[in-house]
Amino acid sequence: MSPRLNIKIGRLELKNPVMVASGTFGYGEEFKGLLDLKKLGAIVTKTITLNPRQGNPAPRTCETPAGMLNSIGLENPGLEKFITEKLPVLNKTGVPVIVSIASEGGREEFVELAAGLDRLKEVAAVELNISCPNIIHGNKARAKLIAQDAQATYETVKAVRKVTRKTLITKLSPNVTDISEIALAAERGGSDALSLINTLVGMSIDVKTRKPKIAVATGGLSGPAVRPIAVRMVWEVYKQVKIPIIGMGGIMDTASALEFILAGASAISVGTANFVNPKAAIEIIAGIKEYLIKNKISDIRRLIGSLKI
Amino acid sequence: MKILQCKAKIVSSRRIQGDYYKIVLASPEIAAGALPGQFISVKIDGDYQPLLRRPFSIHRANKRELEILYAVVGEGTRLLSQKKPGKHLDVIGPLGNGFDYERPLDVARGRRSTPRRCSGQANDGRLILVAGGMGVAPLLFLAEQLVCRPSSVVRKNILVLLGAKNKKEVLCVKEFKKLGCEVKISTDNGSMGFKGKVTDLLKILLTTNDPSTWFDFAHHGSLGAGERPLDVTRGRRTTIYACGPRPMLRAISHISLKYNIPAQISLEEHMSCAIGACMGCVVGTLQGFKRVCKEGPVFAADEIIFW
Ligand SMILES: Cc1cc2nc3c(=O)[nH]c(=O)nc-3n(C[C@H](O)[C@H](O)[C@H](O)COP(=O)(O)OP(=O)(O)OC[C@H]3O[C@@H](n4cnc5c(N)ncnc54)[C@H](O)[C@@H]3O)c2cc1C
Ligand SMILES: Cc1cc2nc3c(=O)[nH]c(=O)nc-3n(C[C@H](O)[C@H](O)[C@H](O)COP(=O)(O)O)c2cc1C
Ligand code: FES
Repeated sequence: MSPRLNIKIGRLELKNPVMVASGTFGYGEEFKGLLDLKKLGAIVTKTITLNPRQGNPAPRTCETPAGMLNSIGLENPGLEKFITEKLPVLNKTGVPVIVSIASEGGREEFVELAAGLDRLKEVAAVELNISCPNIIHGNKARAKLIAQDAQATYETVKAVRKVTRKTLITKLSPNVTDISEIALAAERGGSDALSLINTLVGMSIDVKTRKPKIAVATGGLSGPAVRPIAVRMVWEVYKQVKIPIIGMGGIMDTASALEFILAGASAISVGTANFVNPKAAIEIIAGIKEYLIKNKISDIRRLIGSLKI
Repeated sequence: MKILQCKAKIVSSRRIQGDYYKIVLASPEIAAGALPGQFISVKIDGDYQPLLRRPFSIHRANKRELEILYAVVGEGTRLLSQKKPGKHLDVIGPLGNGFDYERPLDVARGRRSTPRRCSGQANDGRLILVAGGMGVAPLLFLAEQLVCRPSSVVRKNILVLLGAKNKKEVLCVKEFKKLGCEVKISTDNGSMGFKGKVTDLLKILLTTNDPSTWFDFAHHGSLGAGERPLDVTRGRRTTIYACGPRPMLRAISHISLKYNIPAQISLEEHMSCAIGACMGCVVGTLQGFKRVCKEGPVFAADEIIFW
């Protein structure tokens, strides 16, 4: 018998626990033909803001040992254009669409965005990106992310919770001393689930030109290089919260996806790996299934947090 | 046009000169739909180092095979140069928008038509292909497609300018000549051909009154000695196709503007996905940021903001 792969995140039913991470899958259309989109558990969109954003100057990405830095600066078409142009295309895939949102200013923008999406049946869930390291750059480093402040996280989640009945996911930053504290604040604020991790702030320098490899100096590190940190953070948070965790950070294949599930993630998100192998997420779905069969586990839920320690 | 991911068998792989290599890949799926100026992205090794794919222009293509001309500049290209025939490479392509050579003037007017290979009417206009260093890679494919048009006059109308640091880095001279193109060379140190930048050579050719140069159309109208033509394209349609480093393309863009000759330029930018998903490879244009991997790599010179 085929093992059970479906899981629940808040009120959202997923046919399998494998999604694609925000910012690494555009709005789905670019990957058409390169993989069978219908097979994905969910698609998380590139983060949108209320108004269109130009993003940062190039170069925006560079390769680092077993990873990459990016500072896209949340280039996106804004809420209105997203709804009229991107959402209908995404919706055709038949896969649940999780819309990632961010604010360029205060909490009000999150509220306005969430309220604007709440009435749309095409939106399966909302992910609060309170952890994008690329709106604040190098020279303004002392400005804080919401996800770096437990109180601000609590207040933001709570304010958004009031205006949406959609499943609410809060995306946390690894650029903190104690991620559990922030996770608990999001849970208290009413978040249905947590996504972790967003990228780690990093920097890379071209010694020939003495210039940073990223135009705005710093960027977010992703890829296999960050995986051990991400797994550790999922494990720490799993021990503290009751809401489901969506784990990500350097997932490249089935084994790395399983690490997160064993550490306590109910679902996983594939990010940078989509660039390297567009079929990575699909291969992971098949791989997890195979692993369950091989180990005679009938239900993925029995694997979640089953780390032997 | 469909983008595909395939395992392409390495048919041959060899060093041609200095740090320059050629690799031929059997990939009928990608090769059949490939157009000049388009590129592929290659996963060079299975593991995490190097992690990302590497973009390469399509140097040549027939129905079954793709050829890549590349320089070893870092770890990825070094590993690529060690690949043996018979092995497979994970390739995605054909990617991006290539050169528009069907109705080249449309590009300048912002009406970009999808180019069709080897079809349509002969173009009696003059075509100048300008390569800076490795930028020669996509231009050979373009020249091959241009000469296989029905009109016999076309061959004579293609001028290829090859710029390089020194004579050891001048590539593809034979290949272009075999196609019947007029080839002129410039090197930074003067070890072969014109001494100086290829764009300086282009400027001289556009303004000289020397009838021995191929570029005789500067005589149209009645110019006095030393007089510069205001509109060198008068009476003849001319298009510049260029690929090379950014400063060279900036110079091309200035020339295009000054002499009122439409130019199509192929840009490079660091790429993570190469399929338009990550927004990583943008270039500033008059219409805001555009993705080099998706809207490009070929752009009309007058739409790019150089700074
Ligand atoms: C559309 C396009 C077409 C190209 N066509 C060719 C070609 O036909 N022949 C050829 O020799 N080279 C071509 N290049 C450049 C080629 O991609 C780089 O030389 C190659 O990626 C270098 O990899 P590396 O690991 O050897 O070097 P490293 O310097 O170690 O690479 C480090 C990182 O920087 C990136 N990078 C380095 N140089 C470039 C560059 N010039 N452009 C974009 N990314 C770069 C790499 O992809 C990698 O992610 C093209 C680039 C683009 C964008
Ligand atoms: C190019 C790029 C763009 C990203 N954009 C976003 C974004 O818009 N919103 C967001 O929440 N996360 C964004 N991320 C972070 C990823 O969603 C993910 O959290 C992170 O990359 C770690 O996973 P990975 O190592 O599998 O990529 C981006 C990552 C990359 C590489
Ligand atoms: S490289 Fe990702 S959008 Fe161009």
